[in-house]
Amino acid sequence: MAETGLIHHDDIVDDGKRDFIFLAAGAAGALGAASIVWPLLAQMGKAADTLALGSIDIDVGKIGEGEQLKVLWRGAPVFVRHRTAAEIAEAEDVNIDILPDPATDDSRLVPGPDGNLKPQYLVMVGVCTHFGCVPVGEAGDYDGWYCPCHGSHYDTSGRIRKGPAPRNLVVPPYAYTSDTVIKVG
Amino acid sequence: MSGHSTYEPKWAAARWMDQRLPIVRMGADFIMMPTPRNLNYWWTFGGILLLCLVIQIVTGVILGMHYVAHVDHAFDSVQRIRRDVPYGWLMQSTHAVGASMFFLAVYMHMFRGLYYGSYKAPREVLWIIGCLIYLVMMATAFLGYTLPWGQMSFWGATVITGFFGAVPVVGESLQQWLLGGYAVDNATLNRFYSLHYLLPFIIAALSGLHVWALHVTGSSNPIGVSNKVKTDTLPFHPYFTVKDMFAVAVFLMIFAFFLFYLPDALGHADNYIKADPLKTPPHIVPEWYFLPFYAILRAVPDKLAGILLMIGAIAVLFVLPWLDTSKVRSMRFRPIARWFFFIFVFFCFILGWCGAETPDDEAFLGLSFYRLSQISTLYYFAYFLVILPILGLIEDPKERPASITQSILDYGDKPEPEKVLAPAE
Repeated sequence: MAETGLIHHDDIVDDGKRDFIFLAAGAAGALGAASIVWPLLAQMGKAADTLALGSIDIDVGKIGEGEQLKVLWRGAPVFVRHRTAAEIAEAEDVNIDILPDPATDDSRLVPGPDGNLKPQYLVMVGVCTHFGCVPVGEAGDYDGWYCPCHGSHYDTSGRIRKGPAPRNLVVPPYAYTSDTVIKVG
Repeated sequence: MSGHSTYEPKWAAARWMDQRLPIVRMGADFIMMPTPRNLNYWWTFGGILLLCLVIQIVTGVILGMHYVAHVDHAFDSVQRIRRDVPYGWLMQSTHAVGASMFFLAVYMHMFRGLYYGSYKAPREVLWIIGCLIYLVMMATAFLGYTLPWGQMSFWGATVITGFFGAVPVVGESLQQWLLGGYAVDNATLNRFYSLHYLLPFIIAALSGLHVWALHVTGSSNPIGVSNKVKTDTLPFHPYFTVKDMFAVAVFLMIFAFFLFYLPDALGHADNYIKADPLKTPPHIVPEWYFLPFYAILRAVPDKLAGILLMIGAIAVLFVLPWLDTSKVRSMRFRPIARWFFFIFVFFCFILGWCGAETPDDEAFLGLSFYRLSQISTLYYFAYFLVILPILGLIEDPKERPASITQSILDYGDKPEPEKVLAPAE
């Protein structure tokens, strides 16, 4: 040491200072890494144009009694069923305490412009809540829908009655913009 | 096994290279690995699997030159490959049939490992890397099956990505993040193509680790007794390269039979219908190599429980080295365990059968496929979680030969091998 004229720093080590620098550098590095990783992961989310395909208008007046319209919304089918009086009666006649996902038939409907419910029009996302297959209409043990993939039975209100699906068919956000036109999304 | 290097460069140029980058030495030492001389044909699937990976990568890169990953063009571009591209029919069929052959070979390889206790000490890491390879293989196969954009592609992708929707709280967000939208669509197809191209190279890297770990511990063998004396082993080359090549030739005959005579037999007819998000096929089934797991998924009426069971069916393989309490590797010397193993294989086939059928249909004697898959699932898990742990403690194994050399003493008129003093493990 003496020959080189350099100070030997081991004699004057400040351990506290070294720990601080180590932690500070590590924390800054971790933050930097996280800020890089976030865009790398977030790019996989829904793109702006996908989000923009938000809502569609459907004229329910054209659907005859006992018929069902199937429309593509956000890449998935939406069912609009014009239910018969018998189907409505069957849906209302269920003791909701026995349902896996309890819901009254009325709670699955939306009021029209006059403030009254329109029980004849049932609007649902036609995607089985099990693994996303499209259920078949007028089928199954409860006269509603039946999912061919894993055997889930839905009733005439689209409520799960039997099979592996955990929840009722989803009612999408929608509203009547006139007496016969609904806006989904 | 990492031992003394036997490579001697013959030419000046080889010596020059050896002093700068001993890559030839590495390869030469690698291929001269001392290998148990009693290996049977169940040990040839490693080489066959390497060939499968090469076939899939070569044909896959070629298909990538003609395939269009867009919902409007994907289906048609695959048909164009089959009809218009020169030899496209051969490339596409080889890739599609090759996937099935890959799984056929990997299942043989895995059953071999299960029967001969290849997962036991000191080969736990070797086994776990193998499980990882299998996991990535399944992901690759699933992603690849989506690409032709037929009805089974689309609905298979919908069902499988639906698994992620079952995760509590964040499920729906997670699922939509994976799909890049509200449902399986163009964004999904694009990213699946990107990942399908990436994962085989991950498999190649993992295979490198797998073989590296193999060279550290050495191959197991049919009697499960470690190498003890020099006469126990033979150099891998030429003895086992030649044996592997014969097995490869037989394997390729089976491959060629499907490729040229039944190219679509292992697929599903519905995948020749273009994907339609408004219409679900009446009967969604995965490819044959996923059927047992599909049956386990459907064996319980609860969505999340079904997924957890299916994941568990694969996860249990990773911890198998610590579940099997027996010190005896080969089931040849485990008179009770081997029968439980054969029943296990039987139930794997039953699960595959259940996966292909509709749950509510009757299998036989009034027993529905649903109940049958429940019974089989129960046995599948019992084998790993109850039978192997308990049996290892109570079973009385048969006497094992002291060495590989000892075990082949009776075989024919071979000269008397050197005496072995080491006791059986």
